[in-house]
Amino acid sequence: MMQTGRLLAITKYSVLEALRDRFLHLIFAGFLIFFLSSIFVGELAITETLQTQVSIFAFLLRLFCVFTLSLFVITSMIRQFNDKGFELILSQPIPRYIYLFGKLFGYLVIAIFMSFACFVCLLAYADMLSSAMWSVSLLCELLLFLTLSVLCVFTLESVTLAFSVVIGFYALSRSIEIIQLISDSPILESVDLSHRFIDWGIDILAYVIPSLHRFTQTEWLAYGIQADRDYIYILIQTFIYTILIFLAALYDLYRKEL
Amino acid sequence: MQSIFTITRPLKDVPKSVRLLLLIAFLLQCLWHFYFSNLQITKQEMPYPQQSDVYRLISLGDSISAARFVMLWAQAFDNQPGLSLSLKELDYAKVVEWLNLVLDLDSKTQYPLLAAARFYAEVQEPAKQRQMIVFIKAAFLKDPDRRWRAMAHAVYIAKHRIKDMSLAVECARLLRLHATGKNVPYWAKQMEFFVLEDMGELGAAKILISGLLESGELDDKHQQQFLRSRLKDIEQRQSMNSTIEQLSIP
Repeated sequence: MMQTGRLLAITKYSVLEALRDRFLHLIFAGFLIFFLSSIFVGELAITETLQTQVSIFAFLLRLFCVFTLSLFVITSMIRQFNDKGFELILSQPIPRYIYLFGKLFGYLVIAIFMSFACFVCLLAYADMLSSAMWSVSLLCELLLFLTLSVLCVFTLESVTLAFSVVIGFYALSRSIEIIQLISDSPILESVDLSHRFIDWGIDILAYVIPSLHRFTQTEWLAYGIQADRDYIYILIQTFIYTILIFLAALYDLYRKEL
Repeated sequence: MQSIFTITRPLKDVPKSVRLLLLIAFLLQCLWHFYFSNLQITKQEMPYPQQSDVYRLISLGDSISAARFVMLWAQAFDNQPGLSLSLKELDYAKVVEWLNLVLDLDSKTQYPLLAAARFYAEVQEPAKQRQMIVFIKAAFLKDPDRRWRAMAHAVYIAKHRIKDMSLAVECARLLRLHATGKNVPYWAKQMEFFVLEDMGELGAAKILISGLLESGELDDKHQQQFLRSRLKDIEQRQSMNSTIEQLSIP
């Protein structure tokens, strides 16, 4: 019971930090700019106006949410290291896993707020079911990346390094399928050892990173929800990968000397 | 909560030298831009597109959004900074490549087909209009039940813009033979009869309408009634024509 209270206190202060850091102002301003841009795009389209607007709006929203939340998580954690808040909290009788859970729950609350805001905005262009599925999938994506950001901070202890790794990981996990297809293309087929080595390397990489191209698909908004199993895949993939990154972060946290 | 607009100290606390240097730096930037800005209006040539995988990679796997960005860029290419090109100046071989790329990125979109029919085919150059029809025909054959609208528009372009009735019949025939889905309306499937009628090919139109009525494909009674009335009209026109022919024989 006492641990739950401590966990909730850490969660509360992580959310408060977002409010005091004017992070929500940034989210509001970003969403407004993208919404106005999508209206402008609608003026350019000569047909399929709604699909064009929603595709471009969703594309911008997704990138904006992932990058701003990751940056917020990284800077917030680094600030706590620099202000010695991290040492102060852990000098209390708080287990390290409670600290990590508390921080992640706090960031998750912000992620839920962001994906709900996306859902509301998308209702302007898409039906409720498609918008809801897209927003839930975005929440899964955000959960993965906020956990990854925490791991990168524990491991690299630098804003620049951690954010670069997060961006690189995002780009790679969203495009790994295309990279695999290109490397397996018959045009590039070669018997060279170097080519085979790169091919194997890409295939191994695909095993250890999530296939994010199946997440948060613009197609759902533009053409409606299809009856496939992508949604189950997304939920299970998020569950498995979040646990993996969480445990890696916890591993690093337990190794940290105060 | 700290406001964004919190003022910590009055402006006079900033040293005069800093204020002066700031002003000088600002003026220097304006002068630099005034003397050395090299604004030249140059016409850009439309490039050939890269392979679709390149655009998939750039868009981080979001090919639907990439298709929309590419389509809007290609559509607005005639409006360049300081220039407004006419459609005649565009290389339509490259335009077709870009439109094919959009279809490759998003196979469900109708945008490139409708842009070809309603935008690019507006050009007053029959050769370029034909290029658009060739593009529409090729794309239509890959997914006829979804892309029948653009094909129906192609019939209109061939008949009224290019005034090539045989091309119009060819397009309308493709519509009849390939767009067989329930979602395709009868008027689209029956365009061939009307084009043939306009061409004066009454015999061919009569055979097609009779064939369709006898096949039992038409469930709609109004459609059957409409086609029977067209058949009667054609038969009347045929008998009138034969009467005129007989009278004109000396």
